[in-house]
Amino acid sequence: MCIIEIKNLSFSYQKQKVLENINLCVEEGDFLAIIGPNGGGKSTLLKLILGINPVKEGSIKIFGEKPHKNLQKIGYVPQNTNVNTDFPIKVLEVVLMGHIGTKRPLFGYAEEEKRCALGALAQVGMEKFANEKIGSLSGGQRQRVMIARALCAHPKVLILDEPTASIDVEGQKQIYELLKELNSYITIIVVSHDLSFIMQYASTVVHINKTLSFHGLTQESFAKNSINQCTNKFCEVNLFQNLKTTQGDSNA
Amino acid sequence: MLEALSYDFVQNALMAGLLVSIASGIIGSLIVVNRMVFLAGGIAHTAYGGIGVAVFFGLPMFLGASLFAVLSALIIASITLKERERMDTFIGLMWAVGMALGVVLIDLTPGYQADFMSYLFGSILAVSSSDLWFMGGLLVVILFIMTFWYRDILAVSYDSEYANLRGINVPFFYTLILVLSALTVVVAIKVVGLILVIALLTIPVYIAEKLSNTLYVMMILSGIFSSIFTLIGLWFSYEYEIASGASIILVSAVSLFLFLGVSKILERIR
Repeated sequence: MCIIEIKNLSFSYQKQKVLENINLCVEEGDFLAIIGPNGGGKSTLLKLILGINPVKEGSIKIFGEKPHKNLQKIGYVPQNTNVNTDFPIKVLEVVLMGHIGTKRPLFGYAEEEKRCALGALAQVGMEKFANEKIGSLSGGQRQRVMIARALCAHPKVLILDEPTASIDVEGQKQIYELLKELNSYITIIVVSHDLSFIMQYASTVVHINKTLSFHGLTQESFAKNSINQCTNKFCEVNLFQNLKTTQGDSNA
Repeated sequence: MLEALSYDFVQNALMAGLLVSIASGIIGSLIVVNRMVFLAGGIAHTAYGGIGVAVFFGLPMFLGASLFAVLSALIIASITLKERERMDTFIGLMWAVGMALGVVLIDLTPGYQADFMSYLFGSILAVSSSDLWFMGGLLVVILFIMTFWYRDILAVSYDSEYANLRGINVPFFYTLILVLSALTVVVAIKVVGLILVIALLTIPVYIAEKLSNTLYVMMILSGIFSSIFTLIGLWFSYEYEIASGASIILVSAVSLFLFLGVSKILERIR
């Protein structure tokens, strides 16, 4: 069964078509990677799934209903975690933001909410930093806090937009290890144009550049095809060439 | 100094100074973290048009200025929410037109002789008891809203995109922050005047920001600093017979430089 089902979806800004006839089924337990060039429509697709942009052509169903009806089942980690870093806010308060919109006390935060937020921080290994100012953390730590914020609402699906942009390599690896752990009970969708790690962790990879195509390479063939040829270093150019050759048969 | 405290107008000035300091500490913090300083400046100067209208039609100054300030806050909110890129142009426009309207209406008022400078530089020693009621009422409203909607306001200020996804009415809270800023600007005009309002709303807040790791601590500290600067400024103003608004701002500015100097030295030592 599809928990997110996209059928014949098209979307245009003014006259320019950004997405064309997208069909996609995300199943429970998937680790889906959405890759593609900048301006290829990845972020637009996310905005449609999250209900920020209205669907005009085609349909998106989340747990069988329209996107805005099941938003509390979706945890979202936005792209820009480096904005507003001098804002006077503690890590715990950022995580507590995840609760907003659900039942709440008259003022402040309920004990239960605080306990839950601390639990989410522990899940991402950041509980020691609960009372630190968010601006004092590194980019990777801040990203994990944003994941905790999304986990706070007990989502069934976690959607991350470019989670490793502007994070050092070690931090990127930690983020993906964390996502792999979470994937044991949460469906994960990662949008990225940075391919180096994502291919090792994702169970399904789709490529979006106006239209959507499945990336049919297994991890072994991926390694053979794109790493070896580049003197053991990862090579995106080769990967994209591979994608072109496999598009036809995997689409069918 | 002590005998001064027995005068009604001095008591009123001290009361007004404290009420406005606390309000501007809270709202100034919101203005700074939301990067709305230029917006607040635009609202303050547009309010001058309201002062002109009030003078021309013989209405209370707070009424005219509040109506104009709130109206300009609503216009700015609707423009910012729709067309962020052109925002600075519109604010600049309202800033100038508001001032011009105020100047023209005051010129046209027959027999009007009152001190035009008092609106530009404040007239805290002329605060009436009805002014105090207005200031007190505003502070109560601000405290009420901050108590019950703190988490929403915090979320909207820190990450409005995410707040929107969690079902918070972002345009509503954004507009609310601007309207509260407009009303605070109006009462602060009485204390330090139109020209210096921005300094009162930002200098104590800037110091508080460096010392706090949460928004509410920043608000409380700003209120305390602002109160201290206002009281010291008033004392200087009384003792040396200088303009109260300018005196308050200079005390704040000197404190800011001292603060920056001391924190630099402490940083070196560590």
